[in-house]
Amino acid sequence: MNRRDILRRSAAAGLLATPAAGLLTGCATGGGDDKGDAGAYKGTKSAENPLGVKEDAPLEVVIFGGGFGEEYAKAHEAMYTQKYPKAKIKHSVTQEISKTLQPRFVDGSPPDVVNNSGTGQIDFNGLVSQNALADLADLLAAPSLDVPGKTVRDTLLPGAVEIGSYDGKFLVLNYTYTAYGIWYSSKLFTERKWEYAKTWDEHIALCKQIKAAGIAPWTYAGLHPRYMSWPLISTAIKLGGPSVALALDNLEPNAWKSDSMRAAADAWHQIVKDKYILEGSPGLDHKQAQTAWCQGKAAFISCGSWLESEQKDVTPAGFNMTIAPTPSLGSGDKLPFEAIRGTAGEPFMVPAKARNVAGGLEYFRTMLSKKGAQDFTKKVASLTIVAGASEGVELPYGLNTVVKALDASGANGFNWVYNNYYRKLERNLVDAACGEFFSGRIGPAEFLDQCQKGADSIAQDSTIKKYKRAA
Amino acid sequence: MRHGKWPLIVTFLVPPVLLYVFFVVSPYLQAFQISTTDWLGYSADANPVGLANFKTLWHDDYVWNALKNNAILLALVPVLTIVLGLFFATMLAMGGRKGRAGVTGVRGGALYRTVYFFPQVLSVVIIALLWKEVYHPNKGLLTSAVHAVGLPSPTWLGDPATAFWCVLAVMVWSNVGFYVVLFGAAMSAVPKEIYEAVLLDGASRFTTLRRVTLPLLWDTVQVAWVYLAIFALDGFILVQLMTNGGPNFSTDVIGVRMYDTAFGSETKFGYASAIGVVMFFLTLSVAVLSLRIGRRERIEFS
Repeated sequence: MNRRDILRRSAAAGLLATPAAGLLTGCATGGGDDKGDAGAYKGTKSAENPLGVKEDAPLEVVIFGGGFGEEYAKAHEAMYTQKYPKAKIKHSVTQEISKTLQPRFVDGSPPDVVNNSGTGQIDFNGLVSQNALADLADLLAAPSLDVPGKTVRDTLLPGAVEIGSYDGKFLVLNYTYTAYGIWYSSKLFTERKWEYAKTWDEHIALCKQIKAAGIAPWTYAGLHPRYMSWPLISTAIKLGGPSVALALDNLEPNAWKSDSMRAAADAWHQIVKDKYILEGSPGLDHKQAQTAWCQGKAAFISCGSWLESEQKDVTPAGFNMTIAPTPSLGSGDKLPFEAIRGTAGEPFMVPAKARNVAGGLEYFRTMLSKKGAQDFTKKVASLTIVAGASEGVELPYGLNTVVKALDASGANGFNWVYNNYYRKLERNLVDAACGEFFSGRIGPAEFLDQCQKGADSIAQDSTIKKYKRAA
Repeated sequence: MRHGKWPLIVTFLVPPVLLYVFFVVSPYLQAFQISTTDWLGYSADANPVGLANFKTLWHDDYVWNALKNNAILLALVPVLTIVLGLFFATMLAMGGRKGRAGVTGVRGGALYRTVYFFPQVLSVVIIALLWKEVYHPNKGLLTSAVHAVGLPSPTWLGDPATAFWCVLAVMVWSNVGFYVVLFGAAMSAVPKEIYEAVLLDGASRFTTLRRVTLPLLWDTVQVAWVYLAIFALDGFILVQLMTNGGPNFSTDVIGVRMYDTAFGSETKFGYASAIGVVMFFLTLSVAVLSLRIGRRERIEFS
């Protein structure tokens, strides 16, 4: 180590950071539009081959290396090559989707299938507004691979297509079906003779009881406090109906300060005020908080249905994690207690400039076949958007409770998508406000003000494309 | 050298210059160009928008907040690191004064020198993860230590009031070791007779440091200052890994803002480049300024 080394390091870190964006995009101004359709692989469409796949065209698949691993994707790829033995599949895994693939999008040579997920996810608003994604309409209209007489669209759960649609075009395939709710350990609750509360007042009373027993009622991922925005918004939607979510998604003026949001924020403020949150939670990341919860230091945590597989390694045997809907505020609630947020997640996409778009769509058709979906559920213990694909598959305890909760919720299920439309709004702005609110530094009114300010800043930013959805 | 001049230039100088131009200078220039467009990064379409990005930047509270944090880092990290570095280096080189007249370090100097250098051997990523655990609000080393003496502990990285200082402390911690070694090496170049003379005159250790060592080491200190200033204007890796700018943007720095704008929550590459250009000029001005202000007569030992 000498001076030159430190100079090199400082320079690399400090000065070179400046053009890093430029470096990565060496040919930003060059273009790559001209390649056009010339290199695209096209086969002849037939009854057997409704998407027109060229049977010997190579297919490149990029998988996000997260909680689901990559084995499920290898299985799907094997199913694809079984049908097209001459096709060579290039499979790769990364956690840094945006950094790895951005130059290839610019260059006009993106992979054919991308699992755009995780912290390094590419903002969908940016992709969609630049027409970087292929329209998946053909896929929906194609017949299902192994459900006779049905198109792919017919085999999907309700809401699966809407969530990946932008201005009416289906562009993103969200493969898993995820429920968001409040989790607790059935074992702990049975041992202590506690019962999950259906109304907010009962919930607070239960929290008091739990705290008296020496356990913190709540914990949350203090470094990613947006996890707590989910039950809060859910409470508001159950009180005021789905229009509350619609207003948030459509960036309507003062949507965050509606009466329902106010009532929900006031209610949730109670667990902060009464110190029902595990001490130190604001400094925990999601893994640390979830682990504290698994160790029985806290009774409740807010998360999606991926929680069980994410915590697999640290969950004690017989813990029996159970998902539950948020408690109702009162008898005036528009939606029943059973209503839970269910939505498609884990996005997959085919870039518009991929050489083998047809192959990409066919790969999706393989994933959405009953066989493909069943295999996925078996391998990673997560539901898919393919209706009935979990039947006959033995599900782990937590996922079973998810299935039951979704069944009970039925047509009362709700969802919001502002986080898909405007990643920054949830990831940065609402996140920061939640951090202040759930650590008790600000009250409910300031919390909603800060969220509204964030939403307004998105609404006023003319460089961000806006999407509207109708109910 | 009559014949050898051109072949030498061609073989040894031209390739590196070309590489440098291609991989360093041209992306810089391109960043300038991109900063005047509305490029969103995932297609080849980019419309020139003139200085609109810079105008937006001027009114962007989040950027100003990040710059404010960088300014605090700039004011504190170099000073703290250099003061601590000088202190440790002095103690190691001439702290011991027992026995006969003569200048020696404190006992166990070699051991300390090695220990101080440890953080330098660790990758920044490891340092960040290590300290994240030290700051764990329930079972971290620091929390336990504070609890052990019966005090309530803050949530460190979870509280906007403490998070920034926690990160700043890690920055100083991870840098001091290197400067101890750097200053130590510079001190060993100072002739012993000077110190012996100072000792005979009865100067205290502090006076020796202030009146003798520091002026003799001024060159090195100045270099250290420039490096640390550049480091303070960046701070990206540590901040991104430890807090990612949170909570509530309290630890945000300009580098994180730029990264987040391009690769994080948005794909605004044009705007991110504009932030990068601002960062470039800030870094450059800081480097130039600290060199200018610190300019002094060089002292030759001979």
